[in-house]
Amino acid sequence: MATEPRQKPLEEREVEFKTMSGHPIEPLYGPPEAPADPAESIGRPGEFPFTRGPYPSMYRGKLWTMRQFAGFGTVEETNERFHYLLDHGQTGLSTAFDMPTLMGYDSDHHRSLGEVGREGVAVDSLDDMEQLFDGIPLGGVTTSMTINAPAAILLAFYVLVGEKQGVPPEKLGGTIQTDILKEYIAQKEWCFPIEPAMRLVTDMIEWCSENMPRWHPVSISGYHIREAGSTAQQELAFTLKDGFTYVERALERGLDVDDFAPRLSFFFNAHIDFFEEIAKYRAARRIWAREMRDTYGAKREESMRLRFHAQTAGVSLTAQQPLNNVVRTSLEALAAVLGGTQSLHTNSFDEALALPTEEAVRVALRTQQVIAFESGVAGTPDPLGGSWFVEQLTDEMEAAAYDYFARIDELGGMVEAIRRNFPQREIADAAFTYQREVDERRQIVVGVNDFVQEDEDETPILRIDPALERKQTDRLAATRAARDAVAVEAALAELKSAAAGDANLMPPIIAAARARVTEGEMIAAMQEVFGTYTESPVF
Amino acid sequence: MEAATARKIRVVVAKPGLDGHDRGAKIIARALRDAGMEVIYTGLHQTPEQIAETVIQEDADAVGLSILSGAHMTLVPRVVELLAAQGVDDVLVTVGGTIPAEDIPQLKKLGVAAVFTPGAGTDEIVEFIREGGEARHAAE
Repeated sequence: MATEPRQKPLEEREVEFKTMSGHPIEPLYGPPEAPADPAESIGRPGEFPFTRGPYPSMYRGKLWTMRQFAGFGTVEETNERFHYLLDHGQTGLSTAFDMPTLMGYDSDHHRSLGEVGREGVAVDSLDDMEQLFDGIPLGGVTTSMTINAPAAILLAFYVLVGEKQGVPPEKLGGTIQTDILKEYIAQKEWCFPIEPAMRLVTDMIEWCSENMPRWHPVSISGYHIREAGSTAQQELAFTLKDGFTYVERALERGLDVDDFAPRLSFFFNAHIDFFEEIAKYRAARRIWAREMRDTYGAKREESMRLRFHAQTAGVSLTAQQPLNNVVRTSLEALAAVLGGTQSLHTNSFDEALALPTEEAVRVALRTQQVIAFESGVAGTPDPLGGSWFVEQLTDEMEAAAYDYFARIDELGGMVEAIRRNFPQREIADAAFTYQREVDERRQIVVGVNDFVQEDEDETPILRIDPALERKQTDRLAATRAARDAVAVEAALAELKSAAAGDANLMPPIIAAARARVTEGEMIAAMQEVFGTYTESPVF
Repeated sequence: MEAATARKIRVVVAKPGLDGHDRGAKIIARALRDAGMEVIYTGLHQTPEQIAETVIQEDADAVGLSILSGAHMTLVPRVVELLAAQGVDDVLVTVGGTIPAEDIPQLKKLGVAAVFTPGAGTDEIVEFIREGGEARHAAE
């Protein structure tokens, strides 16, 4: 009894229409997909639940901050790049540290060999930090620092550079990433076991709520979760769940939610699936607002208002025909802007090959300027609000996030879920599925598995001079030689004893930084008390 | 001879150095496992010494080094030297990651059999390792 297959409403190409998360896209969206109660679920920009944006006038009032992530070699090279970016119209700084700095090793540690200054700038001590921000008035810029396990130490360095310039902590504005949960989930740069690492995060939230009202002590990050291969739905769910976990820890510490929640901010990926990304940002704002008010008892609107930084997707860049990456990055940046980002990093077209050259960085910054000043998209808040498709996708993203929240809660919360490898396994599965689709050409990547061009010209890349490693270890040796060894020992003993107790660790870390104790020495001292971390990987 | 070819190919997938980018390594590890090979994934942040020791202890036919940190010209030669110092010269060494084209000839001169850069297909990598592994078994 064969029946006629249902007639397709329109003739369609033989491809699977779905979002990158695998959610099917219907042939058409229209009034039946319109939200049931738009006043409640969407509202107005700047008003609960902030679906349409955190501020009423959005980019009519203030454009997003153009914040290009930079760092390589020693502090001199990076300081020069900072000045270059500021001279070309960039409005905020963003610091990339090298692998040894991210892992808490000094540049002269044997594990640092070959890695110093390769993927970011090497910072070992306060001497380096002073040089890194030389000639940059910290009262006049906001600075973002991408560092997590050793974040407290780098924050201490920054506070002391401000002090030297005559800028007190309460006047310093910026963000330090500090999001250790996503390190265990995705980026994998850690120093301590999860619990003491969570204590350090909470110490920073507490200390900043009392001393640095303009500072964001944690940037709850989905970027790396996505780069590790997650779907947009997973990025949204795991990131928000990480955020709620930090809130819970701070509440357990006895802090008032409205004292610290306004300084929590987010960092999302801007990937290539245009509408799904926009829906992701809109859903994130709505979920955060609701949970902060209803679950965590926030009273101030600032505590419910999710603000985020976005970076275009590094993984979407191709080494083949690299100029095509300018186009990819433009689309991704546009999605972030239409999704209401507060600041944005656009990747450079040569970054699938190496750290970017100056020319490539300039094009990336210009991409943002074209969007901001030529395209007209900054003229009205949430211009896609009310689109049947975008509103439906936003609802679906939200529902998918709540499904994940329930699964994580069943496992006993995010920390326990991480111990059981749950988010790690979900991400690995998604990454593998995507790769199979590319291998089987069900997902086309232009220039890689279709539209391939033979005999491509080689793209000039930035080479890091291997001599920089020696230059940095010499700097470090000079720091060690010039400081008061007795003061160093005393500061380290003080730090260890504080780590063994339960006092806030920021004051002893600042004291040690002042005594020119290095990052690696402080981390090693705390590891004596806290121990280290090794994962049991799943693949 | 029959028994030798029927034996599973053993591959160590390793992440030398400090970079935490394990997406590629884990995809390759899984693809090799799905292709019927015995895969030992070292996990992150391995020293060259740890990797060489794993290769020898596991009697691996091949080792895949995944590096996205730019430290390949320090880490890869060290792994190769350590293997040679232990008299291991028949293990297929491959490298994957963000390796600039101009570094590839030098890596090959050191004895690296293949370098897979961004965009390389999983099947191509699996096939290369299978052929190398089978050749090593046949030579025993």
